[in-house]
Amino acid sequence: MDFGTIIEILDSAVRLGTPLLLACLAGLFSERAGIFDIGLEGKMLMAAFFSGAVAAVTGNAWLGLLAGVGGSMSLAFVHGLASITFRGNQLISGVAVNFLASGFTVLIAQSWFHQGGRTPQLSGNGRFDPITLPGADAVQDVPFLGPIYSNLISGHSILVYVAFAMVPITWWVLFRTRFGLRLRAVGENPESVDTAGISVIRMRYTAVAITGVLAGLGGVYLATGLAAGFVKEMTAGRGYIALAALIFAKWRPVPALGATMLFGLLEAISNRYPNIDLGVITLPIQFMQAVPYILTVIILAGFIGKAIPPRAGGQPYVKER
Amino acid sequence: MEKTPKWVDVALIPLLNLLIAFVISGIVVLLIGEDPIKAIKVMVSGALGSPYGWGYTLYYATNFIFTGLAVAVAYHASQFNIGGEGQATLGGLGVALVLLAFPWPHWTIALIAAMAGGAIFGAAWAAIPAYLQAKRGSHIVITTIMFNFIGAAVLNYMLVNVLRPRGSMDPATARFGPATHLPTFHDFPLVGQFFSKSVPANVSFFVAILACYLVWVLIWRTKLGFEIRAFGRSESAARYAGISPVKIVMAAMLISGGLAGLMAINNVMGEAHRLVLNSVEGAGFIGIAVALMGRNHPFGVFLAALLFGFLYQGGGELALETTIPRELITVIQALVILFTGAFDNMLRAPIESFFVARANARKEA
Repeated sequence: MDFGTIIEILDSAVRLGTPLLLACLAGLFSERAGIFDIGLEGKMLMAAFFSGAVAAVTGNAWLGLLAGVGGSMSLAFVHGLASITFRGNQLISGVAVNFLASGFTVLIAQSWFHQGGRTPQLSGNGRFDPITLPGADAVQDVPFLGPIYSNLISGHSILVYVAFAMVPITWWVLFRTRFGLRLRAVGENPESVDTAGISVIRMRYTAVAITGVLAGLGGVYLATGLAAGFVKEMTAGRGYIALAALIFAKWRPVPALGATMLFGLLEAISNRYPNIDLGVITLPIQFMQAVPYILTVIILAGFIGKAIPPRAGGQPYVKER
Repeated sequence: MEKTPKWVDVALIPLLNLLIAFVISGIVVLLIGEDPIKAIKVMVSGALGSPYGWGYTLYYATNFIFTGLAVAVAYHASQFNIGGEGQATLGGLGVALVLLAFPWPHWTIALIAAMAGGAIFGAAWAAIPAYLQAKRGSHIVITTIMFNFIGAAVLNYMLVNVLRPRGSMDPATARFGPATHLPTFHDFPLVGQFFSKSVPANVSFFVAILACYLVWVLIWRTKLGFEIRAFGRSESAARYAGISPVKIVMAAMLISGGLAGLMAINNVMGEAHRLVLNSVEGAGFIGIAVALMGRNHPFGVFLAALLFGFLYQGGGELALETTIPRELITVIQALVILFTGAFDNMLRAPIESFFVARANARKEA
């Protein structure tokens, strides 16, 4: 395996890891505020569909982005209504959100485009084109660093850079601002936040809305960056892998980057080498595909450090009377 | 404070929630430019209008009874088993291995062996998440989701690399011997003449009904059932009463996984006569909707499974006869889960306060 191949695999890992990263950070905001969200998958799917559909009709990827985020946020609102206002079971609500997206997207896609539940192929301005960073072509031939800069770092769509920028931003917001302190407090000990005169309901709705935006961006990237249009069930479990990455990262933004890129790398490797021959045994592709899930179970079992979720996670807040 | 009447809790609120889910589904049908009334007519005539339709409706309902009971049993121990899909997948593997291992002379013996195979594999797939929840506090919802994906990968591997007959391109097992084919409704005395040969409903339907009864006995008539319910209501109280949390979580989840695995006698042994990829087709997830709708009571699960069997078969007919894709059923399923599960308090709170106020007013008068 030469250097060029490694760069190609890493490049592909970044592309495949980006939707996971956006969804993982989305889940981070929600779960840090005490709202479990297993509906990331559905929100991404909804965003993928609406961005693909609107970008196909208008030929403008930015309008697609707005529509996609809007679709994702509408599901986030449903989840908020169920888990915050009606104090329902957040897990059940997440399951419902996933099915709602899964059925609704195909239904509307078929009704609008009659292409068997997909949207028309995107081209030109309908997609987010790769951005060539300044000087990328000039340094192409510099040994070692040249290909890293021009092939790995440069040449992604804007949403990839947004996703990476969201990691330090999320860290700063959560751990260096008053808003972040309150958000984390709402997830750990909502009574204390309430006592301080801050509305738990409003904090949680805000967190759920941020989740909607970020998961939406992840879905938009799937349909307009990674692929060229929406295909039925195109999220293919990425929302659940993001959830796995969130646990793997123990609900922290920087490890979330590491976890999602690791899972992106695994997918990139299994795409390129379906069966990995280790001499003694051959790892089949099915094993590679299952690795993120197996790793998550091992992490959850507490064999590699303990993953402790936010304390008030999953519990609706009831003000004492 | 007065309690709300029982009929409000078990009938009125679920039915109102169901009504809301259907009304919204109707609006969705209108939105995509179709006629909801016509859609209902097509569904009713397709699913209930002929013995052929009934044969499919009851076949699907059989699947959903098993997965619905699986979710319900776990729920009584306050465990949310979202892994029915994976457990039913592995159950299929168990059934297939049992049926291929031995030239079974008669379907009755084969059925008993296949039931054991399916239940054991399904229970085994629930055992690890259950153990991790009971012993290490790993959240069962997340681990069972992960095990759904791992289960799909295991099945994929087994079919592609191990069980696929030599020379076959299809990722599926060989066909099971003809002696293991379960009698379908066509083969039954008296009613057989009404059902055509192609109808998939088979004796598994009666096994499912028996399972409903046995689950009822288990939950409400045995010591273990009492302990499961006590634990589900209050873990600390149960612990104080000397009930072992590890034992209850393990028992409830093993029974739950076993029930999900049993589904394979219907779809794998009864219908496909071989194991194919994605044979569960989402029935594990529909079990969640069925258990919620049926209020986790076996009789409720039975009725809800019939309803979803009707929706499933009707949805298939809808896709054939109109331009409405069968994904409409997924939307209806989602709305039923949403309104009977997550949005339950939306109606419950005002309705309960209405009945409490009325009871109080009566007392004063």
